[in-house]
Amino acid sequence: MNLTRRQMLCASVGAAAAGVFGFSLSASAAPEATAESIKNFAGGKEPAMGGDLTLTTPEIAENGNTVPIEVSVASPMTDDDYVESVVIYAEGNPNPDVAVFHFTPMSGAAEAKTRMRLAKTQNVVAVAKTSKGQVFMDKKEVKVTIGGCGG
Amino acid sequence: MDNIKPRVKVPKSASAGEVITIKTLINHPMESGLRKGKDGKLIPRQIINKFTCEFNGKPVFSCELEPAISANPYIEFSAKVNEAGTFKFSWLDDDGSVYETENKIAIK
Repeated sequence: MNLTRRQMLCASVGAAAAGVFGFSLSASAAPEATAESIKNFAGGKEPAMGGDLTLTTPEIAENGNTVPIEVSVASPMTDDDYVESVVIYAEGNPNPDVAVFHFTPMSGAAEAKTRMRLAKTQNVVAVAKTSKGQVFMDKKEVKVTIGGCGG
Repeated sequence: MDNIKPRVKVPKSASAGEVITIKTLINHPMESGLRKGKDGKLIPRQIINKFTCEFNGKPVFSCELEPAISANPYIEFSAKVNEAGTFKFSWLDDDGSVYETENKIAIK
């Protein structure tokens, strides 16, 4: 088989897209499942939208396989007032759980960055819980471009 | 698994009470358990499910990872340094292996 450079490129992009696509074909979790998990995490409390929690995501992710995300919570991080944990959910993934970050006063700042997978365009949700029992939530929509070949 | 190499970036020194940024990366496929192989069968899940960081034996930061974390998981977080000491990092694999590394930090 004699592939031109362009065909080769398209084939490899297609293969990469297939990887993401295969992921999205399986049953995706409904936002209700995410809401249920948030309820469990918050211990029945209604999370306050926004507040001290900031979730940073790209608006458009070209490759759903590595989407950089960042969470940060404004907190003094002292022994009696610090952020205990931050949990990340992706509403449209087959399994909405993404990660749980646990902080301690030794963390100095409640900030973390990582890279996640997104099956399709969807909302990413972050929920933070402080040692005082406050619960914050932030939500961002990330558009995921699937398919390639100049589309 | 073989050929798993954790990489960590910690400043060599910090002033007492400074909040430093730590960057970690480990090469791992993070097989989600949802993909199918060439034979049409599901590839079994194998991911790093937990990451922890300790400083002089005290917990600083930990993280539970799910299959939705990208391959070669990258984690960046902060730590407050009050004294000289050693950071110990560990990654727990689904197959029971533990990958560890250590980094020393001095006080300016």
